[in-house]
Amino acid sequence: MRDFPTENGGALQVENIQIARNGTALLDVPSLRLDGPGPTLLLGPNGAGKSLLLRCLHGLITPDRGRVLQGGELLNQAHRARQAMVFQRPVLLRRSVAANLDFVLKRKGFPRATRKHQIAELLAEGGLSDKARQSARSLSGGEAQRLSILRALALSPDTLFLDEPTSALDPTATQTIEKMILRASSRGVRILMVTHDIGQARRLAADVVMMQGGHVVEHGAARRVLNAPESAAARRYLAGGLVT
Amino acid sequence: MQGFASEFATATTLILTGDPELWSIVLLSMRVSVFAVLISAVIGMPIGAALAVARFPGRRATIVLMNALMGLPPVVVGLLVYLMLSRSGPLGVLELLYTPTAMIIAQVVLVTPIIAALTRQVVELLAEEYAEQLRSLGVSRLASVPVLLWDARLALVTALLAGFGRAIAEVGAVIIVGGNINHVTRVMTTTIALETSRGNLALALALGAILIGIAVAVNALVSALSLRAEQEGLRHA
Repeated sequence: MRDFPTENGGALQVENIQIARNGTALLDVPSLRLDGPGPTLLLGPNGAGKSLLLRCLHGLITPDRGRVLQGGELLNQAHRARQAMVFQRPVLLRRSVAANLDFVLKRKGFPRATRKHQIAELLAEGGLSDKARQSARSLSGGEAQRLSILRALALSPDTLFLDEPTSALDPTATQTIEKMILRASSRGVRILMVTHDIGQARRLAADVVMMQGGHVVEHGAARRVLNAPESAAARRYLAGGLVT
Repeated sequence: MQGFASEFATATTLILTGDPELWSIVLLSMRVSVFAVLISAVIGMPIGAALAVARFPGRRATIVLMNALMGLPPVVVGLLVYLMLSRSGPLGVLELLYTPTAMIIAQVVLVTPIIAALTRQVVELLAEEYAEQLRSLGVSRLASVPVLLWDARLALVTALLAGFGRAIAEVGAVIIVGGNINHVTRVMTTTIALETSRGNLALALALGAILIGIAVAVNALVSALSLRAEQEGLRHA
């Protein structure tokens, strides 16, 4: 078992959050507390509400009811400023690779002299040093997602949300991204990641939230949930059965 | 037939020998239209971008109105600007009527809605793509405007060129507010109209050829930039 630092801005909690559209409940989570060290992976079929939950936790979506807390306080701008999110399809600015990183560093208020050094360090971490001047939109899928993660890390977040960041990538690119995620986690960044990939959950997760039909059907230590799930829905999903 | 051939020959000579009168008219036209487009861009681009990202009651109606203003009849614009600038008008004291400035004002009125409407379309598409990412990065709607304008720069140059195409080819408004005064407010389109009526076809033909050349060049640039902007988008799709 890997060791992960635990200082990451306090537990993330949801209380009675609900989102419904046209009378259908898309998300209904009475209670959830995320405070364990190491990556938490949200696992479940399409439409389970994983991405919706992630967006609520990041404050991108306000639930119809209920509330999201961090460190016991209602999620606010100060918390959000210490969070970052990586999307399934990387949204890169129509600028160079380096300029994409410079954009967030400048917004964080770093002076020009230090930004240059920070960009060089980040690019080296993502293996993109030779592409600094290249247009970000000419990168391959794997490179684009690496840049997207580097840009998120440039914000020095205490929490990093990732919404299926490797779903469109080949195994090599996926492995590179997973290493970046584990490195960030080992530095104390809380990782909350959505995936469909049970193998990925086994490789990365310290904690698993299993979802189905907008509900959390199981939550616990990865080893326990992935090897001996208690709920029937989790057992079916992990057995490879068709879960809708 | 022989008459036309000789007019064509004279027109070609006027262009190739750098006839001072012809080129002074071309330069004045370019100066007026370039200034008008630059001023329109300064006004129209922020308006278009703000309309693309802002959400307020009446937004749809504002967009419909702005789109409708793209088809403003030039003579009506000329008339309105004339009334504003004429001696008894509210801006008469500025004594701008029958000056290149008056022509620039008229062209700004015509071109601004075009640039604003095209900017709104371009920026709205980009804003949809960037929305969640920018919100995640803590960029407010207002703060996203310069980001979107910069990232849409290729497509926005196309909007500028479309505006320039409209301005340089315009005749109705500039003839009313400019008065078509020789060496002062005589531009390509108004000269073509005047010289044709006078039977001086050589100068009209020479200016017509240059105007068509400018139109073709602008359209070629628009096409090349649109293609590049499209490729940028496709590469990322």
